[in-house]
Amino acid sequence: MSNIIYVDNNATTRIAPAVLDAMMPFYTESYGNPSSMHAFGGNVARSVNKAREQAAALINASPEEIIFTSCGTESDSTAIWATISSIPDKKHIITSRVEHPAVKNLYEHLAKKGYKVTFVPVDRQGNLDLDFFYDHLTDDTALVSIMWANNETGVIFPIDEITRAANDKGVVLHTDAVQAVGKIPVDVQKTNVDLLSFSGHKIHAPKGVGALYVRKGTKFTPFLIGGHQEKGRRGGTENVASIVGLGKASALAADLPNTSMLEVARLRDRLETGLVSHVQNAMINGDTTSRLPNTTNISFEYIEGESILLMMNELNICASSGSACTSGSLEPSHVLRAMGIPFTAAHGSIRFSLSHYNTEEEMDFIVDKMPPIIDRLRQMSPFWNQGKPDDSMLTGAECPL
Amino acid sequence: MWEYTDKVKDHFINPRNVGFIDNPDGMGEVGSLACGDALKLTFKLGDDKKISDAKFQTFGCASAIASSSALTEMIKGLTLKEAAVITNDDIAQFLGGLPKEKMHCSVMGRDALEKAIAYYEGAAIQQKEGEIVCECFGITDIEIRRAVQESGLKTVEDVTDYVKAGGGCGNCHDRIGELISEVRGKPVLVKPVPKALTNVQKIKMIEETLDREIKPALKKDGGDIELVDFDHNTVFVRLRGTCSTCAKSQVTLKSYVETKLKELVSQDLVVSEVQQ
Repeated sequence: MSNIIYVDNNATTRIAPAVLDAMMPFYTESYGNPSSMHAFGGNVARSVNKAREQAAALINASPEEIIFTSCGTESDSTAIWATISSIPDKKHIITSRVEHPAVKNLYEHLAKKGYKVTFVPVDRQGNLDLDFFYDHLTDDTALVSIMWANNETGVIFPIDEITRAANDKGVVLHTDAVQAVGKIPVDVQKTNVDLLSFSGHKIHAPKGVGALYVRKGTKFTPFLIGGHQEKGRRGGTENVASIVGLGKASALAADLPNTSMLEVARLRDRLETGLVSHVQNAMINGDTTSRLPNTTNISFEYIEGESILLMMNELNICASSGSACTSGSLEPSHVLRAMGIPFTAAHGSIRFSLSHYNTEEEMDFIVDKMPPIIDRLRQMSPFWNQGKPDDSMLTGAECPL
Repeated sequence: MWEYTDKVKDHFINPRNVGFIDNPDGMGEVGSLACGDALKLTFKLGDDKKISDAKFQTFGCASAIASSSALTEMIKGLTLKEAAVITNDDIAQFLGGLPKEKMHCSVMGRDALEKAIAYYEGAAIQQKEGEIVCECFGITDIEIRRAVQESGLKTVEDVTDYVKAGGGCGNCHDRIGELISEVRGKPVLVKPVPKALTNVQKIKMIEETLDREIKPALKKDGGDIELVDFDHNTVFVRLRGTCSTCAKSQVTLKSYVETKLKELVSQDLVVSEVQQ
């Protein structure tokens, strides 16, 4: 499997070799419990603390503001539950229509439990309707949870403005920054968020570890109640090796030269331009002016995403799709639907997400191999005839007038 | 990733009989782009009245393409009478089985075949009769009853896997449960749903209906609509794009948007326009 071309880094990333090296001792000789009184455990506690400093430094926080969790979803859940439990008299919460399921499904759950939930819409480019947000932000709002950058399109939200508005009203602001951290500058001194989630396996650390930043002074009720670990804010013996991995990965990300992400963006643009110019009826989903450097979401109209992915799979190219069939549900991605992407395009959307491990040769390989795949599937499609869309079978969706 | 059999993979990677037969003897089209899969099947009869050639065009996932390919292979050399008895389970079996969630792909093949035979026999293209149960995917009680009967389906989830009904907003789950119990002659447990919708539920359903039904229709003509507010059963919306300047926009609002929302969300709703 060494010839894998992996462009699915918003799903997960490879573990950096230096990260694995840093972790290995904690799977072998350094197996002490950080809570133990003996030095054998105490040394492990020191390593956890070092990791906390490294993770904090990546987002310019203080170490004591970092809680280690088991994943991004736990960080999100903790942030949301911790806040609403601390502010029980306010029953209004805000999020966006394009959140990751970790936030979206919890908000939908809370709606059933009696919370008044506002879902802020996005426009065709995937940008938040800020006016709608300002209109719905009130003194009775307990929590705003809006992602820093979208996992499907890479669109970056104006989290500074959102945070200022929430701060002005005294409303707690949480951001799911799982896709942003490590890819774009995230600085909690400049952006005054109260809570921020990020995840290890999106930044070349292993799966099974996440972090939650909690600004000093933020009201917090523990979500996972147990031992005194994490200063009583998250019970449970620490996943030491993975925490050390997250720390090391944070340090590597912080040390990456600025040029590294510019290079990723260059490769992404090379891929995107190549595909859009070599395939007709291919369109980019999401605002390209404010976007993560590693992400592009392209719709290949009139064909279906799962088929495209499986054809790519034959060539060992790994990517993702927003089509219905890949999700196991019968409807395409909620993000693309919220953007109003037509069905002709939503079902055939492919997300390519790069990392600094990708090469120019790989991008050129994809640009070379994709057009025949698209062509082949379109030749099978009843909506495509002799090199162009055939609308004769398209029914419904006509102007009701 | 789906666990597909080798045969499904083979028929997906090397599909047989892709294409369209000019002047076909039989032709059947099912599905739609919005639903995520569609199939156009054509066949030609030989002098011996057996199917001499069959071709397909399919928009859909790997199992939809494989099911279509399998179908064309299965019907070649058969008389129409022999072909007519092929069931969706036969198609799935030919492929060594399909993931449960993908059984609707085989149902699509069977439906296209039925339509193609009806086309040959000059029968009017089978109109969808009966009561539409699933508004999201336009599935009738007849289709649901048939799937329950023929494939021995037991739960609402089964019905969704086979004919997609219930796979969208979920409002029809009760009705599907009733149909299953009618066909099977015993009650089926469905999740209890509160009788009156809460405001939050209504807003969610209004948003979903706008996104799924109304916005795509308006967007075809360069228009758009957004939900501004909801209060005491009044849905406040703002028209955008060409709709905002269209002289007939009030007609759109009342005769289309309001009707659709009443039909799909609640009879009590009134739509009101917020000016720009």
